[in-house]
Amino acid sequence: MSIEEIQNEIIDEFSMFEDWEERYQYMIDLGKDLPLIEEDFKTEANIIKGCQSKVWVHAALNEDKIEFTADSDAIITKGIIAILIRVFSNQPPQAIIDADTSFIDQIGLKEHLSPTRANGLVSMVKQLKMYAIAYQTQLN
Amino acid sequence: MFNVEEIRKDFPILSRKVNGKSLVYLDNAATSQTPQQVIDAIVEYYTHYNANIHRGVHKLSQEATDLYEAARKKIQEHFNAKHTHEIIFTSGTTHGINLVANGFSSILKAGDDIIVSALEHHSNIVPWQMLCERTGAKLKVIPMNEEGNLILSEFDALLSKNTKLVFLNHISNALGTINPITYFIEKAHEVGAAILIDGAQSTPHIKPNLQELDVDFYVTSAHKICGPTGVGMLYGKEEWLKKLPPYQGGGEMIAEVTFQKTTYADLPHKFEAGTPNISGGIAFGAALDYMNAIGFDAIQTYENELLHYATEKMLEIEGLKIYGTSKHKTSVISFNLKGIHPYDVGTILDKLGIAVRTGHHCAQPIMDYYKIPGTVRASFAFYNTKAEVDALVEGIKKAKMMLS
Repeated sequence: MSIEEIQNEIIDEFSMFEDWEERYQYMIDLGKDLPLIEEDFKTEANIIKGCQSKVWVHAALNEDKIEFTADSDAIITKGIIAILIRVFSNQPPQAIIDADTSFIDQIGLKEHLSPTRANGLVSMVKQLKMYAIAYQTQLN
Repeated sequence: MFNVEEIRKDFPILSRKVNGKSLVYLDNAATSQTPQQVIDAIVEYYTHYNANIHRGVHKLSQEATDLYEAARKKIQEHFNAKHTHEIIFTSGTTHGINLVANGFSSILKAGDDIIVSALEHHSNIVPWQMLCERTGAKLKVIPMNEEGNLILSEFDALLSKNTKLVFLNHISNALGTINPITYFIEKAHEVGAAILIDGAQSTPHIKPNLQELDVDFYVTSAHKICGPTGVGMLYGKEEWLKKLPPYQGGGEMIAEVTFQKTTYADLPHKFEAGTPNISGGIAFGAALDYMNAIGFDAIQTYENELLHYATEKMLEIEGLKIYGTSKHKTSVISFNLKGIHPYDVGTILDKLGIAVRTGHHCAQPIMDYYKIPGTVRASFAFYNTKAEVDALVEGIKKAKMMLS
């Protein structure tokens, strides 16, 4: 599936929730299920330090697609990471570079991707794009 | 007679909705809310008196100057400073600390010691580290214990004839511990050191008597005491303020300028370069009037009642741990739920309209001591209610249910 198709799928899923509680419970559960980053990759180099929570991201090129794994010490942050990974992992670098994240607004989680929130997520999205740019250069 | 429902009517913001819920504002240690009387003082100033102060011959300038200086007088009386010119208007606590740190850079030399406490806010650590780098002086730290109290015997052991400065907060922002500052002041003076107390967290709750304390410097911010942001005060004993060099150059702080030499203005203007936050200064005075009309004794009694009520209710929640359990503490509760990140708890509480602080509270050394990433901090003011404490407790229970 393309990034846009996955984003639309997520928007559909979230439209079924009646209130914030259901949305958050879903995210928390996603956070719990997120395949953890391997301990070996939980390094200083892979860490994004937010003021509020920490995020670890690891990327690897698998043929012409990037695989991301990630983790956070806060579960709600982790839930959003799970959504971002679902959207961006196993996609070609150029598609990641071109993708936008406005679907986050549409599923009512905009506040978590605000630069003032300091939970590491904004930097995480930047990091995903940086990896994509780096791998794209490599593929070229 | 203290009536919280009547008091709440003075604060328009307390009736607003957040995420569709009634706001429960429990982040008072970060900033207090502003009563209508203080908002009116700002509006009144810009409506009728706005002018630059201290230099105009015209009527508006004179009136604005009178109002600004009257506010300085109010602050002097409130804190019982000996002279009005010992009150320096600043942009806030951090500015006041930096002003003193900068001044001491011309006094300190290699081999001198500065002592700070382990309970400090970053704003009270970084300026001293910078000062030490500049002068070669050494920074020493008074350690704390599990309850969040400073260990007095360790402080005694750090003191020597090399100690030139001691800095600590009156009340810890992260834990709420009330430090026995009289002890620190006496001991610092015994070895001839100067002492600065950060009153950002104490002045919303108590009314320090600066002459009786015999403290050398005392700083605070108006926005912690129902005043506006961007204004605060530095109190310094006259002898110390005369000794320190000016912090910034500019208008207002000079007596005479030629290209050969400039002579500085007398106190307090020597430290007040440029056009100050005039409406802020005036509103600071109005905030003190407001607080004094309620009375600090009444405020303290009520806040203690809230603290005890909240502590008891919160400890009933299984897995909740409170950090900072000193017998002498103010209405601040720093806590965590077992196995749950403070950021997650804060996020759920926000969804319920409850404003708390999460994170390390700019006091990372304290978090390192407890080996935690941070805490959730609920801080109560005199306009909070037991019903709001109940809402917080229910909110924590909900967060726990959703997150575990």
